[in-house]
Amino acid sequence: MKWDIIFQPQNLELYATGILTTLWLLFSSLAIGAVLALIFALLLTGPWAAARWIVGAYTYVIRGTPLLIQIYLIYYGLGQLEWIQARWDDVWPWMYFKESFFCALLAFSLNTAAYTAEMLAGAIRETSAGEIESAQAYGMNRFQVMRHIVLPSALRRTLPAYSNEVVMMLQSTSLASAVPSMLDVTAAASRIYSTYYLPFEAYIAAAAIYLVASFCLIGMFRLAEKQFLAYLAPRKH
Amino acid sequence: MNAYYVAILQGSVLTVGVSLCALVVSILLGLLGASAKLSGRPVLGSVAAAYTTVIRGVPDLVVMLLVFYGGTIGLNHLLELAGSKATVDINPFLAGVLTLGFIYGAYMTETFRGAILSIPKGQMEAAVAYGMHPLQAFLRITLPQMVRYALPGFTNNWLVLIKSTALVSLIGLKEMTYLGKQASAATRSPFAFFLFTAALFLIYTTISLYVLRKLNARYSLGTKRGEL
Repeated sequence: MKWDIIFQPQNLELYATGILTTLWLLFSSLAIGAVLALIFALLLTGPWAAARWIVGAYTYVIRGTPLLIQIYLIYYGLGQLEWIQARWDDVWPWMYFKESFFCALLAFSLNTAAYTAEMLAGAIRETSAGEIESAQAYGMNRFQVMRHIVLPSALRRTLPAYSNEVVMMLQSTSLASAVPSMLDVTAAASRIYSTYYLPFEAYIAAAAIYLVASFCLIGMFRLAEKQFLAYLAPRKH
Repeated sequence: MNAYYVAILQGSVLTVGVSLCALVVSILLGLLGASAKLSGRPVLGSVAAAYTTVIRGVPDLVVMLLVFYGGTIGLNHLLELAGSKATVDINPFLAGVLTLGFIYGAYMTETFRGAILSIPKGQMEAAVAYGMHPLQAFLRITLPQMVRYALPGFTNNWLVLIKSTALVSLIGLKEMTYLGKQASAATRSPFAFFLFTAALFLIYTTISLYVLRKLNARYSLGTKRGEL
């Protein structure tokens, strides 16, 4: 084992760049995914059958196929379609499809949106009937019931499942290394492996970074659950 | 053009093979891990705890690359130490099966542990009172009853495992994702080929869901559900 090579400044810098890319990918895809998920969850539980059907088909396809293929479809696939290629030199959204970061981000956001939407929709459906009834009895309309009663409690009850999703997403970002020119933690490790031929050291260092990141995320969610789910905790006395 | 679709279709056989073999490995490791965690012996318990925490905190891809590249070098080192001049290459199929099995063994451990804990304690006491030894009690009492509790978690793990086989393409196994990527590079029409590969995965996961739903119904026979 030659750990000193890993700790050389230029290699530490490589890992640091990787960590920044990984975290940036993780948090931006989670943010975009969360907004999309909220909209999708409302459509999934909403009154329009067509919307339920379309969003349902979307989540089914995303959840039934590997993320790696979704990344390939967006990165290699969309760039080949003529109606995108024809526009990607000057028309606004299309020019981003040239960038690998954007393609990875799009794939991750669409992926996490599908999983999170199903979780949220489940929590919305499980809101206790009594709460909704009493809200209606107070004269709240559909929108008010959603805004004041259903969503606040559903978002809280999704927290434990969502913490799993966030940790899974952190690990999924390692697939960004399959896109050329993306330098996340895994890609940094691969680069060090191929330069020095040191697979153990390079990948163990990457594994340690992911492990620490997972623990930090889990810790943050523990705190959040203590804060927001205190009313659901078992009584102490 | 059609030849590529046929090749991808043939690659799907390998995908099914890798995932099923990995499933067997992961079930065995999961049962071992769960019994280690429930054994009450501190050493076994902490080994199993370390296994599940580390594996579940590290991306599959990193574990896979570590086992594949690290394993090759490690084996060759061992051979060198033993005085042999031969070099080995790890077979991507075997590497894929072992790493996927090893990774999902950690998830199965948690699923099985929860399922075993859900079985009423009296069942075990009765088995002991009837003079069954631990293996008999496991096969006759625990196993048939834990299936029902384990199935939902098992279904999730299985679906994730199927999708993870796509990662094995990155270490060079010629399964359908790998062939899809090659076909795209050769023909310059990646969208169609990746869509085709994705559709094959979707068919595989859909069939799995159907079968597991039937199994769930079979193992829930005779259990009373609360009326709300």
